[in-house]
Amino acid sequence: MMMTMENNNGFSSPRSDAFPAGLRVLVVDDDPTWLKILEKMLKKCSYEVTTCGLAREALNLLRERKDGFDIVISDVNMPDMDGFKLLEHVGLEMDLPVIMMSVDGETSRVMKGVQHGACDYLLKPIRMKELRNIWQHVLRKRIHEVRDIEFHEGIDEIYMTRNGSDKSEDRHLPSGTDPISGKKRKDVDNKHDDRECNDPSSVKKVRVVWAVDLHQKFVKAVNQIGFDKVGPKKILDLMGVPWLTRENVASHLQKYRLYLGRLQKEKELTASFGGMKQSDITSKEPNGNHCLQNSVNKQCDLTSGNHGTQGNKTILQNVDFKMHEGDMKCIAPMPMAEPKKAMNGDNSDPQKSSNKKMGVNHSFGQLGSDLQYATTVPKQYSWNEECSETQMNRECKPHFRPKSVFNALPLTTLPQNIQLDYIRPRLPLNSRPSSLERDNKLAEADMMPAYMKSRSQGIGQLSPAECKADRFPVQPGSKSTNVQGLKSIPSAVWSMNNHSLDQILGGCSESEDTSLNMTCGTEFASWDGNLQCGSLQGDFQPLNVGPETVESFNYGNPELTSEVPTFSYDSLKFDFEYPFDSMEYPVIDQGLFIT
Amino acid sequence: MEGSQFQRQAANMRKTLFDQGYLDEQFIQLEELQDDANPNFVEEVVKVFYRDSARMIRNIEVAMAKTPIDFEKLDDVMHQFKGSCSGIGAKKVKGECTQFQDYCKAENAEGCTRTFQSLKQEHAILKTKLENYFQLTRQC
Repeated sequence: MMMTMENNNGFSSPRSDAFPAGLRVLVVDDDPTWLKILEKMLKKCSYEVTTCGLAREALNLLRERKDGFDIVISDVNMPDMDGFKLLEHVGLEMDLPVIMMSVDGETSRVMKGVQHGACDYLLKPIRMKELRNIWQHVLRKRIHEVRDIEFHEGIDEIYMTRNGSDKSEDRHLPSGTDPISGKKRKDVDNKHDDRECNDPSSVKKVRVVWAVDLHQKFVKAVNQIGFDKVGPKKILDLMGVPWLTRENVASHLQKYRLYLGRLQKEKELTASFGGMKQSDITSKEPNGNHCLQNSVNKQCDLTSGNHGTQGNKTILQNVDFKMHEGDMKCIAPMPMAEPKKAMNGDNSDPQKSSNKKMGVNHSFGQLGSDLQYATTVPKQYSWNEECSETQMNRECKPHFRPKSVFNALPLTTLPQNIQLDYIRPRLPLNSRPSSLERDNKLAEADMMPAYMKSRSQGIGQLSPAECKADRFPVQPGSKSTNVQGLKSIPSAVWSMNNHSLDQILGGCSESEDTSLNMTCGTEFASWDGNLQCGSLQGDFQPLNVGPETVESFNYGNPELTSEVPTFSYDSLKFDFEYPFDSMEYPVIDQGLFIT
Repeated sequence: MEGSQFQRQAANMRKTLFDQGYLDEQFIQLEELQDDANPNFVEEVVKVFYRDSARMIRNIEVAMAKTPIDFEKLDDVMHQFKGSCSGIGAKKVKGECTQFQDYCKAENAEGCTRTFQSLKQEHAILKTKLENYFQLTRQC
């Protein structure tokens, strides 16, 4: 149908100085009446509008003009393609925020939109005031992306520090930028763009547009590696695309998992949620610990689902994180968060890969990798066809090491409890001051992914003890009991919110009792537990962390010494419940890690 | 002066359209969008609507002529049409759409047919009224 362009050259870049004015919007609707109305409304908001009457046309346009749009608004009912499919494509390939519209305001439809990654769902008739604020979705996404970048950079930094080699292609030391402002210090994709902006509203990471051929390479690599073993680095290596970074792949992987998971979920939607295969997993493991471990790993892998609307790259960040040899052992006893398909996907893969990378032998490594995210959705494990319960089980088992003990991890199934046991290596604390920031960022980043960055607030509980295995397949027992059993586990409660980086920074530094609240994702309950900054990973123990700290990670591990800082779990609030099927699906991604 | 007379007439007509339930708030939204850049915006949108709705009505007629009637499809098409109506604030027509959809859900073919007739009538009436209205406003 019709396509009109507001600007003559057609490839305008955002006027960052005037943000949100100049926001480049693509409107897709087969109803010419609404197309005309929306165009006018958006123009009145000083946005740059391009209209499109067909979904395929819109996709072509998006592909042609890579980085030519900031946000997409699409009707759900399109004649040539289901609006939700378009939504998925856009999310996968272009990673743009997408707003859905419809005359139908039925909850189920709205939920579907959210599940597919829509960042908002508008009902017709649409008022102009609803369109005025769509820029917030763009900004939010950018901020999250920046955080992801920082996270990655932080990880890389640590990795480099540890290994003395720069494995990252374009890493830069993270500087203490204010995450809130979303300042972009370095464009992860700097290969494509060296723009750096100080204005968060103008932050524009060069997006990798996942064109069909690129995506095909990606899928090929994924299949080659084996979906359950896949990890960004492996994929990247296999793809052999020189300009692609691990972050790009990680973020894309997350979305891909989301997508596959959604397909899977749709098939199983009728299955009872309670059908988690947790029991399977549990049975396979000597104890539920491994599940925890898995979930922890997954946690690390989990990036905020962004889902919704915007697939967060955080999950993938996690994955990368893991690749960093467990510098950041993300021990997040996160039950397989099914709702967050992305999580699942991430969990399974990163977990495995990370396990391997992280020295599976380490108890902590085990922890991470073996963490199974129990998801309430029946198919929680498999976000995609390849992911299957077995996979989960597999993950649990192989990686389970007696040493790492999440024995006591309560594996109750909490729909949306996400507990992230993030154990930060002490290293940063001790090494250099600047690393603190990095750590914090790292922590933040870790937390973020785990907690579904899409949520602005989220609390990651970093102690194994705190892992609320609500979703743990292992034991649908009472969470509280288990938790209490983990007393000796030092935990870092990270409740990170956008404004608390400084807090984290301050809190992280050598204070065991700091209550860091990293609110990652809104779904996390706030843990009152003490924040322990320390890494509890076996081999990756920061210098300062004594063996006891390491032990602390072992929930029920007999090897745990009592010297581990005591973490009072009682004060932890584990009951962070997510409606399993809530509409905050995308957001849930972050919050689905329930351990 | 002629202008002011037309203005008054236009204003009255407009008020009537609202009072009698032909138009709803959405129409005002359109009016607010009208500006110097698009001085005839409302009229343009209405034109687009009527062009497109004629097509949709034809589709509905075709669907209704089938035997057996696919009520689900009919409901879908009507849903689209209703969405369009909501764009210009065609209140009465929208009401008929809803009624029609209710009959579809009840799989009441006769009810659908009756409502459809009513719908087409309202659709045509509104068109005439709006055309008159715009003519008046143009003369202001």
